[in-house]
Amino acid sequence: MIEIIDLTKRYGKFTALDSLNLTIEKGSVFGFVGQNGAGKSTTFSILATLLAPTSGTAYVNGFNVQKEPKLVRKQIGYMPDFFGVYDQLKADEYLHFYGASYGIPFAEREKLIPQLLDLVNLSHKRDSYVDLLSRGMKQRLCLARCLIHDPEVLILDEPASGLDPRARVEMREILKELKSMGKTILISSHILPELAEMCDIIGIIDQGKLVAQGSVADIQAQLRGERLIIVKVQEGIEEAISLFEDDHNVSKLSAMEDGLSFQFIYRGTAEEQTEMLKKAILNNLAITSFSEVETDLEDVFMEITKGVELT
Amino acid sequence: MKNLVVNPVLNKEFKLRFRNFKSYLGVLFYLLALGLIIVGFIFIESLSNNMQGFFKPDQSRTMFMILSVLQLALILFITPGLTAGVISSERERQTLNIMLTTTQSSASIVLSKLISSISYLLLLIAASLPLYSFVFLFGGVSPGQLLTTMGFYLFTILAFGSLGVLFSTLIRKTIVSMVTTYGVTLFLAGGTAFLALIFMQLNNAYNYSAVQPINPLAYFPAMLNPVIILIGTFEPEIINEIARSTGIEFPLWISYLISYTVIFIGALLLSIRKLRPNMRKG
Repeated sequence: MIEIIDLTKRYGKFTALDSLNLTIEKGSVFGFVGQNGAGKSTTFSILATLLAPTSGTAYVNGFNVQKEPKLVRKQIGYMPDFFGVYDQLKADEYLHFYGASYGIPFAEREKLIPQLLDLVNLSHKRDSYVDLLSRGMKQRLCLARCLIHDPEVLILDEPASGLDPRARVEMREILKELKSMGKTILISSHILPELAEMCDIIGIIDQGKLVAQGSVADIQAQLRGERLIIVKVQEGIEEAISLFEDDHNVSKLSAMEDGLSFQFIYRGTAEEQTEMLKKAILNNLAITSFSEVETDLEDVFMEITKGVELT
Repeated sequence: MKNLVVNPVLNKEFKLRFRNFKSYLGVLFYLLALGLIIVGFIFIESLSNNMQGFFKPDQSRTMFMILSVLQLALILFITPGLTAGVISSERERQTLNIMLTTTQSSASIVLSKLISSISYLLLLIAASLPLYSFVFLFGGVSPGQLLTTMGFYLFTILAFGSLGVLFSTLIRKTIVSMVTTYGVTLFLAGGTAFLALIFMQLNNAYNYSAVQPINPLAYFPAMLNPVIILIGTFEPEIINEIARSTGIEFPLWISYLISYTVIFIGALLLSIRKLRPNMRKG
């Protein structure tokens, strides 16, 4: 579990994090979304005990990052957005080095490393020098490195950045596997649809502030309160349009080119929406489809961050 | 102790260093440089004395001194290069952050980095030992003198190496850290000798009486100068002259040991403290 309380980080006059409050439950996957410079990496660095906050604090599995950094390090596996590798080491030596850094005995590492390489699909590269691995392989090796001491919390800063589509899919599958293992995962990414697929909860950060938090659907409802609805009828589109136009929550209604469909923006609650549909059915409208258009997470993100900039 | 012997950073550094072909080239050129100087010295000396083609045994002591000072100069030249990038290069390679999130202590990381760097220098010195057999071939130097010189090298390497590690920890860029370490080394190895000389000359310049005046100022730069200390072990008259002119009888080499022990401990403690951020102070 991660608990962030009023976390603030300032660099001179620039505020990178502004009283951030966040709670991530044990075993959940939290996606951190934000533009470059929004404060994601700063938050991750503080949680990884690499950066001291200006004020506020954070707890990882109950350990305070400022007062108990050594205990926090045992709890976390940290993957930075940019990282290097030791070119003259082989993949298994690389993992041995970090395993030893966590005090894991050699015999135990010998058992653990093949399992980790298998998890990240790098068993065949065990004896390869790290500098000969592709970018995606290095990312996966770094992920295996994060897991060497079996941490309960994974802090992954842009783990899929710079990867080709295939490597991204592989990374996503590995993260799903880790989620099924019950790890608490804090992950940031710019590839928003992927986050939506993987994460239980998403937090949108902008200019150091958390501007939205919840499931994708929650965020949409929380911040927009508007839904795009498309209705298709078998016949009698004029009657249908007339009926829906009368609802005070409906706006921007327009007929579509096929002559049987129309769309509108709906502002009401879920209960009001149900009542509206019931009324249409009771008026014998031949409705064949009534669907809410899923808004792309990227659209939500762009709108939210745009809104913040304006205020 | 066990932690240090099986230390992962030390282990990794050894692997990285000795898998690198440049390390072997370094040993080769180091020995070649020293070997050429010894052979050249013997050649020139055997030509210049009265009995051409012979090398007089009493010249072997001079050769030992030249060899030792030369080796010290090489050590002072190589130590900053090996130590001034140990932390900053990890930072530039973006591997330091990952290392700092492991449970290894800052002390363990800093000490391992220092030991791995100086172990290469110790290898260079150990590899050069057969060259000293030339000296013993002709006599004139005691094994104790050789051991003292080796001990002096080890101490000096540790002291100057700790300065390199300190600058590497404090300064983000390796190139800046390297320049700073070389600058400080140059001052301690050359600048202090120059200052000591100036203070002694000033002392003499304003002296119009028959009694040699006493000015303790020259003692302090002299006690920091490794070259003066090393030469002083061969030619005690230099040390005596400094003692006479400064009026400080306290052995210069002890002052050297004390001051560089303080520098060594201070540099290491500061490096350990500054390696990780102080999480309590934002």
